[in-house]
Amino acid sequence: MAHSGINVLFEGRNLVRLFGGLGTTIEIAAVALVLGLILGIVLGVLRTFPNRLLRLLLRLYLEFFRIVPTVVLLFLFYYILPRQLGVNMPANEVATLVFALWTAAEMSDIVRGALISVPKHQRESGLAIGLNRWQLYRYVLIPQAVSLELPATINLVTRVIKTTSLLMLISVMDVINVGQQVVEANNQKYPTGVFWVYGIIFIMYFVIDYPLSWWAKRMDKKRLERANG
Amino acid sequence: MAKQILKVEHLEKSYRENHILHDINFSIDEGEVVALLGPSGSGKSTLIRCLNGLEPYQKGNVIFNGKPVVPTEKNWQKLRQQIGMVFQSYDLFPNLTVLDNILLGPVKVQHQSREAAKATAEKLLDQVGLREYENVYPRQLSGGQKQRIAIVRALALNPELMLFDEVTASLDPEMVRGVLNIISKLAQDSNMTMIVVTHEMNFAQQIADRVLFLEDGHILEQTDGTKFFVNPQTDRAKEFLESMDF
Repeated sequence: MAHSGINVLFEGRNLVRLFGGLGTTIEIAAVALVLGLILGIVLGVLRTFPNRLLRLLLRLYLEFFRIVPTVVLLFLFYYILPRQLGVNMPANEVATLVFALWTAAEMSDIVRGALISVPKHQRESGLAIGLNRWQLYRYVLIPQAVSLELPATINLVTRVIKTTSLLMLISVMDVINVGQQVVEANNQKYPTGVFWVYGIIFIMYFVIDYPLSWWAKRMDKKRLERANG
Repeated sequence: MAKQILKVEHLEKSYRENHILHDINFSIDEGEVVALLGPSGSGKSTLIRCLNGLEPYQKGNVIFNGKPVVPTEKNWQKLRQQIGMVFQSYDLFPNLTVLDNILLGPVKVQHQSREAAKATAEKLLDQVGLREYENVYPRQLSGGQKQRIAIVRALALNPELMLFDEVTASLDPEMVRGVLNIISKLAQDSNMTMIVVTHEMNFAQQIADRVLFLEDGHILEQTDGTKFFVNPQTDRAKEFLESMDF
């Protein structure tokens, strides 16, 4: 078993480096998600306001981030914008920014959808007891929207985490990029190393994403039970 | 003479091409109960919803306590504390307990202390016989119980005028009586001024001091409650009463 491929993981600092890459991945995803979800909630609420110009602008924002592939967005922000605008940001920050803006766009649509599906009568009975617009959102609409939108939000979170695998394209040292380097450096000694390296990356993503996806499914089921019961 | 609470002058409402309310004029004095009757689609609900600004109108004036309402969202929002409304579909907030449903207005809108508001709320809950339900969520209540809570929620703001929009229309027949009794008691014991849209003719006859009969967005007649049911002034109202079995 001297040349068994699994040993590629224990060669030198390979495993530590892989976990380091995973740390970068998680850090970018986590910061982008926190910023993106908060911004997305605000934008989603604004998208239910009657002001048409505001709604149009936010709609364009959403469509831009939804239609343009994430890879293109990353390249756009990493290569093109600095040249045109003269802003120079490290790759990790560009990645965080792109993911935060993308999350915000998707989240705004989830929040808007949940808010407008709260029955009209709820809004009216809120108004009938004298609530102003802010209070109506704060005490009546948003709490009801949250339980409607939570499963979709968790799905968005898992999608964002998965999509971080594109970060190597703008040379962020994320877990995929580190994995690639490990594979290339050890190719001679461990020809089957690629299988083990990507195998462990698979397990890492799975361990992070699967519980989230399970949680979303369970919550959706519970919500349906409540709605029908 | 009793104090005039609300007066409506030449109110006109249309929605796109549809002219829904035509030249509506009436007033209501303190302690009076007015029933809005008429066939479906006659504009009763639209009219009552105009009276607390949930429905915009194009012409005419609503005068509340002697002051014409400038119909901005902000003005209506203030007035809604004085003009309570209960809807057909009760619409308690499902995310809040019964007590929190009731306290939301007094505490957040009127800035009463939670203790004071709670004392009022509990007194009102006692009156409708639902004190022991204060900590449950609306989904655990029956339709009739929900509607009684919705009435308490509106009363907790201590309004001067109450609007009831077909409040028993979506209830089980056996729940109807309990809700109607509460409204009658409110009229008799608390001398509450109210405008009631209903299809329950017995109930209307029992509590209405005056009846406004609407058809196609016109007020066809305004008659004393006792007179209307025995001797309506218009043929249309006569037909309407004959078509209702009660």
